[in-house]
Amino acid sequence: MTVMKNTIKNMKKSTKSNLITYGMVIVAYIIVQIFSTTGNLSSMMQGLLVPLCIYVIAAVSLNLVVGFSGELSLGHAGFMCIGAYVSAFFSSCVGDALPGPLRFLFAILIGAAVAGIFGILIGIPVLRLRGDYLAIVTLAFGEIIKNLMNVLYIGIDGSGLHIQASDGGALVLDAGGKVIVNGALGITGTPKDSTFTIGVIIILITLFIVQNLVNSRSGRAIMAIRDNRIAAESIGINITKYKLMAFSISAALAGVAGVLYSHNLATLTVKKFDYNTSIMILVFVVLGGIGNIRGSIIAAVILTALPELLRGLSDYRMLIYAIVLVAMMLFNWAPAAISWRERMKEKIAERRKHQTKEAA
Amino acid sequence: MAMLEVNNLSISFGGLHAVDGFSMKIEKGELYGLIGPNGAGKTTVFNLLTGVYKPDEGIVLLDGKDITGHSTMDINKEGIARTFQNIRLFKAMSVLDNVKAGLHNHHAYNTLTGILRLPKYFQTEKEMNQKAHEILKVFDLDQEAEVLASNLPYGKQRKLEIARALATDPKLLLLDEPAAGMNPNETQELMDTICFVQKHFHMTILLIEHDMKLVGGICEELTVLNFGQVLTQGKTADVLNDPVVIKAYLGE
Repeated sequence: MTVMKNTIKNMKKSTKSNLITYGMVIVAYIIVQIFSTTGNLSSMMQGLLVPLCIYVIAAVSLNLVVGFSGELSLGHAGFMCIGAYVSAFFSSCVGDALPGPLRFLFAILIGAAVAGIFGILIGIPVLRLRGDYLAIVTLAFGEIIKNLMNVLYIGIDGSGLHIQASDGGALVLDAGGKVIVNGALGITGTPKDSTFTIGVIIILITLFIVQNLVNSRSGRAIMAIRDNRIAAESIGINITKYKLMAFSISAALAGVAGVLYSHNLATLTVKKFDYNTSIMILVFVVLGGIGNIRGSIIAAVILTALPELLRGLSDYRMLIYAIVLVAMMLFNWAPAAISWRERMKEKIAERRKHQTKEAA
Repeated sequence: MAMLEVNNLSISFGGLHAVDGFSMKIEKGELYGLIGPNGAGKTTVFNLLTGVYKPDEGIVLLDGKDITGHSTMDINKEGIARTFQNIRLFKAMSVLDNVKAGLHNHHAYNTLTGILRLPKYFQTEKEMNQKAHEILKVFDLDQEAEVLASNLPYGKQRKLEIARALATDPKLLLLDEPAAGMNPNETQELMDTICFVQKHFHMTILLIEHDMKLVGGICEELTVLNFGQVLTQGKTADVLNDPVVIKAYLGE
């Protein structure tokens, strides 16, 4: 026991913090599973579990760009959109030719890879800009992706793939062919492969990737560029490489969130991937604390669950949501609140000291 | 061969000749001072040497190799490291991580190794930690390794910048007004540290400084810059007693 206590004591602060984050997710998972098996979970909550995972993954991945790379990106939903469409397309094409779990694994890998590649392609021009300009251009790219997907028609038949933009009627297929991507109607009939368990596993993998990246040589380079670009260059760090790395890894993880999304619904349309979603994910990140991964998770869970939990209040629900948002933001970030929290922490620490003294 | 040889370096911003026909030669292991009144172009010379600006004319040879017009990153890899007049630390990172960022190119493993935590990650990180602590010890900063860089007192921030620059294992170290804003005690301590770095690491150092006492005390040779041009060059004692220099600094 004491040995264990000592190993915990000697652990680096960052390692300890990482373990707490993993632990938090696992404990949450176990609690939900207990509720679920004892039948205490309403069907509404059941339906909320996969979206929760999706937004947690999206928020953690966006935190890599906003928190650690220090760039404001407003196009995160665009990368989710790419992951969702590519993977849904893949799964629809493959159908039952592959067993379910294997098909989903491939779908996730393909979604991540394609979204990551788009991250690089978009990152190359976009990362030349900084600050507000970068934010606006990423916003535009997100909208471009969404609108492209909205007018895309892809069909498959015996002679291969047929791709049409803007005019679904021009899609001439042989007998037995089927339309997979149907413009604004999107993709229907995607297998419902996403489950809460898979979602949680992907959250853990996302945390593993992001936390290990941040606490490594590359992560230091990324944060060095964020803190002082000129100094980072002066010690021989390749600015373009590491900015692009953070951006594309973040895009790939957002793509995975998109894969979960598209495999959770029978019908996939682009409507969900507009800038509202991008902003909402950004709100999770800012509220949870820029650069604070655990904060992103908590904020994503609370703010995703809240509107659903408040459904009973019908008209007042968005009002309460907004008030909670403002209150949380104030509690987390107002200078007075911060100093109050610090004082409380000190008081608790002092009381604890007294107690141990008395016990001795 | 000289460690650094600069020939006829020039740059203009609009109509202003910020640096005009600047030449100098620094031998290996030398502590060299670059002085001059405000606006003389000293920092511009540093920016030209480190690739922040591309010169209009002239060449820069480091250890015999032409590095004129290379990028800042490449010039650091070739062996020039610098500090800044206005401190540029990685503020939200720990003191240790600042130095470890400086070790970036010398203790490398790829990103995947870092994410997957392969054995090479632990081995290299251990080497990095040892090396970083060694460097921090020189600057008496090893007790503060886990402190955020922004929470260090001013004098120590200046030292940390030098430590970070040294971590890149340079051939030539450029210090831009390292004693700016320091009190006499801190300045004295810094002078000792700079001399120690020169001897301990066999480092060639080029120093920009306003503080005549510091310059006169430790530099072996000086170049005086005025209005972007070299006013005079030579042994420290000769230069400081040169009437032209006194005039440039104090007026007639």
